[in-house]
Amino acid sequence: MIIHSFFFYFFSIIAIFSSLMVITSRSTINSVFFLILDFISVGCLFIMVGAEFLGMILLIVYVGAVAVLFLFVVMMLNVAEQKQSWFIGKKSTHIPTGLIVSVLILLELLVVVGGWKYKENVMSSSTLVMSKISNTHQLGLVMYTDYILYFQLAGVVLLLAMIGAILLTFRKRIGVKKQSYFTQISRTPSTSIELKDVKSNEGIKLDD
Amino acid sequence: MIEIGLGHYLSLGAIIFFLGVIGIFLNRKNVIVILMSIELILLAVNINLISFSIFSGDIVGQIFTMLILTVAAAEAAIGLAIIVVYYRNRGSIRVEDIHGMKG
Repeated sequence: MIIHSFFFYFFSIIAIFSSLMVITSRSTINSVFFLILDFISVGCLFIMVGAEFLGMILLIVYVGAVAVLFLFVVMMLNVAEQKQSWFIGKKSTHIPTGLIVSVLILLELLVVVGGWKYKENVMSSSTLVMSKISNTHQLGLVMYTDYILYFQLAGVVLLLAMIGAILLTFRKRIGVKKQSYFTQISRTPSTSIELKDVKSNEGIKLDD
Repeated sequence: MIEIGLGHYLSLGAIIFFLGVIGIFLNRKNVIVILMSIELILLAVNINLISFSIFSGDIVGQIFTMLILTVAAAEAAIGLAIIVVYYRNRGSIRVEDIHGMKG
């Protein structure tokens, strides 16, 4: 149990520190790296608390796909000169408002969490019942039966996102020679071959 | 303090949510950091859902977490595509330079 709380505080301190660094670090690429660290530590927390499948999914999907997508975009765009400048530069009026709103949100959340009256049978970390079947097995039993509609709709959402991303970033380049398969295979001998009658000793003049 | 209960996980979620919100509001750099802050907020929501799901013994919270993961991945892809197109058209993704709607 001591080990459990030790690991909880370890991972959560890393998570909070790295999410702080995400929003304050000077270069965007450092932000992405701290985002990856944040995802990894929260994934370890998920695995520790007993949701192994989602912890692994967090590692695979977020760290393996989303964070790498962020890295690609940061490397593609020229954001190197756009350093972080919070309180310097042009005077901005939205910083006090943003601070007030954010702090109010944190206070409200802490009031809700601190003043919460827990139900009697909410389990504590030492009494978490390990059921016979694994977490992944449980998820599969529910996801493919009761929630099959949501599962398939999630697939539709991903398909739409893929189509949308391709459609947004696609551009037709001008002046690039490209192969057109349709015109290539729809040629016939009558449209592409011309028979000429060549007289002897005269030669032939083409392209006139 | 030693006994890690539901409140600890909820507090962690609240703090990460707060950091995400503050990252959205106070950002002066570029839009990519705003997208990352949105990812942080969704991560905080996932922490809440999973801790409730574990501590009350109901698996459905984890199903919804998976759906949120899907939506977050789709949102990141679309948002980054929009950022790439914007950068191609305007040559800058600074937050200060994006004022096309005079807001």
